[in-house]
Amino acid sequence: MTSLVQVSGLCVDYGRRSGRVRAVDGIDLTVEPGEILGLVGESGCGKSTLGRAIVGLEPAAEGSVRFAGGPVAALGRRKRSGSLRKLQMVFQDPYSSLNPRRLVGDLIGDGVVLGGGSKKAASDRVRELLDRVGLPTDAAEKYPHEFSGGQRQRIAIARTLAADPQCLVADEPISALDASAQAQVSNLLGDLVRQTGLALVFISHDLSVVRQIAHRVAVMYLGRIVEVGATEQVWTAPVHPYTEALIAAIPRADGAGVLPVDLPGDVPDPARPPSGCRFHPRCPIAQDRCSVVDPRPVRVDGRDVACLVRAPEQAGSLSG
Amino acid sequence: MSDLLTVEHLSVALSTGRGSFKAVDDVSLTVATGEIVGIAGESGSGKTMTALTLLGLLPHGARTAGSARFDGTELLTSSARQLRKIRGRQIAMVSQDPATSLHPILTVERQLTEHMRYHLGISRSEARTRAIDLLATVRIPDPEHALGTYPGQFSGGMRQRIAIAVALACEPRLLLADEPTTALDVTVQAGILLLLQRLRQERGLAVVIITHDLGVMSALADRVCVMYAGRMAEVGPRSEVLAQPRHPYTRGLLDALPHPEGGAAQLRPITGSPPSLGHVPTGCAFHPRCPHAQTSCTTDRPELASIAPGHLLACPIDPLADGSPVDGPSETTVTTAAGTAL
Repeated sequence: MTSLVQVSGLCVDYGRRSGRVRAVDGIDLTVEPGEILGLVGESGCGKSTLGRAIVGLEPAAEGSVRFAGGPVAALGRRKRSGSLRKLQMVFQDPYSSLNPRRLVGDLIGDGVVLGGGSKKAASDRVRELLDRVGLPTDAAEKYPHEFSGGQRQRIAIARTLAADPQCLVADEPISALDASAQAQVSNLLGDLVRQTGLALVFISHDLSVVRQIAHRVAVMYLGRIVEVGATEQVWTAPVHPYTEALIAAIPRADGAGVLPVDLPGDVPDPARPPSGCRFHPRCPIAQDRCSVVDPRPVRVDGRDVACLVRAPEQAGSLSG
Repeated sequence: MSDLLTVEHLSVALSTGRGSFKAVDDVSLTVATGEIVGIAGESGSGKTMTALTLLGLLPHGARTAGSARFDGTELLTSSARQLRKIRGRQIAMVSQDPATSLHPILTVERQLTEHMRYHLGISRSEARTRAIDLLATVRIPDPEHALGTYPGQFSGGMRQRIAIAVALACEPRLLLADEPTTALDVTVQAGILLLLQRLRQERGLAVVIITHDLGVMSALADRVCVMYAGRMAEVGPRSEVLAQPRHPYTRGLLDALPHPEGGAAQLRPITGSPPSLGHVPTGCAFHPRCPHAQTSCTTDRPELASIAPGHLLACPIDPLADGSPVDGPSETTVTTAAGTAL
């Protein structure tokens, strides 16, 4: 059985020959219908690049992305193929992703018209979609600036829904919002998946948010996936030391006054990734061979982990 | 502990084209040496405006009332000249966005040493030595090399650490940290929280940390002040306010958070959104969003009242009290009228 989204051996490069940076390096990933896949990691780990490559906004240097059986080609000079209309993206900043000079109704209606619907059909559908995302129907006659951040993000979501998507890629959709708006938008996305069976790739730097919404979570570090598995399992019993560090760094709002655990160092420059395991310079349990051998994902305890120390079953291959 | 900062009945009115509105309304707060006080609330709650007032950095046309004394000096009536001696030297500020708080075309050295030489009257080489120490303190790799670089050459997390080094350069006694870690990854955030904790222990640094992240608040603050629409809703010891919140707004903020210990249940957001300046509801400003609102809430403005030692609450209904008798409220029945929900 093929998955709705199938990413195999995907690499994405930025820059020209000399200053080339490999932002995404050999990712294998699948997303099924009705599934929420969380993608987490620190800034600079390549999670946004991966998200953009999945919808075809970045070209693949190696490997491929397939959606509903067909290839996802990068957006070039030619028109985006109609079959990719079912694959949509929600961006982080609802202040810059909505055209400030167009009415909300027109912004959302575009998706319907592009899909071959009439103007009349579009206006009916707009009202239905606004209702769907919990906005009053008179919002169609207003401009984006008349709404708060959370409401704008709902408008952005309604716009993607106009295309009747099978898969949404949401890049930090709630990071720019207030706490209560964050909860509203993440609940909305969760409801949409449950009710319509669409697939959702939810990208966030905040593992505690991802945990609330995602069925499966993939943890990225410097262009690679270091651990992927069922959310609850990854959260309660992380195997990879990086996943463990990410969870320990989250401060708890319980009033107990416990300081989070620090992970020293920064994400290294992706133009010069460390040898061997890319996490070894920051890793608290690194051994000598970690700086030499590049770990491959190994199935451990129901998930895939790339760590020589914690997931040693097979010998890792030498990095080339 | 002696109070380093005493704010009493502080109000700030901003004039706009449509008239004058109170961005900060009757805020009272004290911060002692070595104490960390947190101010929480959504955007537009007056958190940042409170901090800017203390530094005399209000927008043109703003009017203040009340009092804010720092170590005996009244900040609100100080001349620009007096404030210049305090600002950056005694009271320093770290703002949310290091991309705008650091100057993009001045070297890190210039930004780190300029105010040290002005305030402390030290030589260029002394200032340079101190700058290297500071960068090492905030864990910038290769501090000597970093001095000759520009902010744009660093990642967001490193830039924020440089901005913190700039703020700490003259060894201020009070640090106003406005969402200092909001733009950062949790791992970098953890490092900065530990640094602030260390400075408080080693140097007695007092910190006012402004954040909507109650996790950060819980990790660091001794006392927590929750603000809504320019007013204080609840203030008290961290353990009481966050573990047993009494104001429905505090409760709402906590419920909207994903709980690391809890199950993967749905988040419970507060309905509606915070009011904008000039559209603050009458009575209790929170009543349109409050699940416990009663008719009296729409007309009577709640005053802060003591409910426990050091714990003040601006909610006469007090629906979250655990059946314990509370001073003040006459109503005992709690109806859950939605009121004029947005």
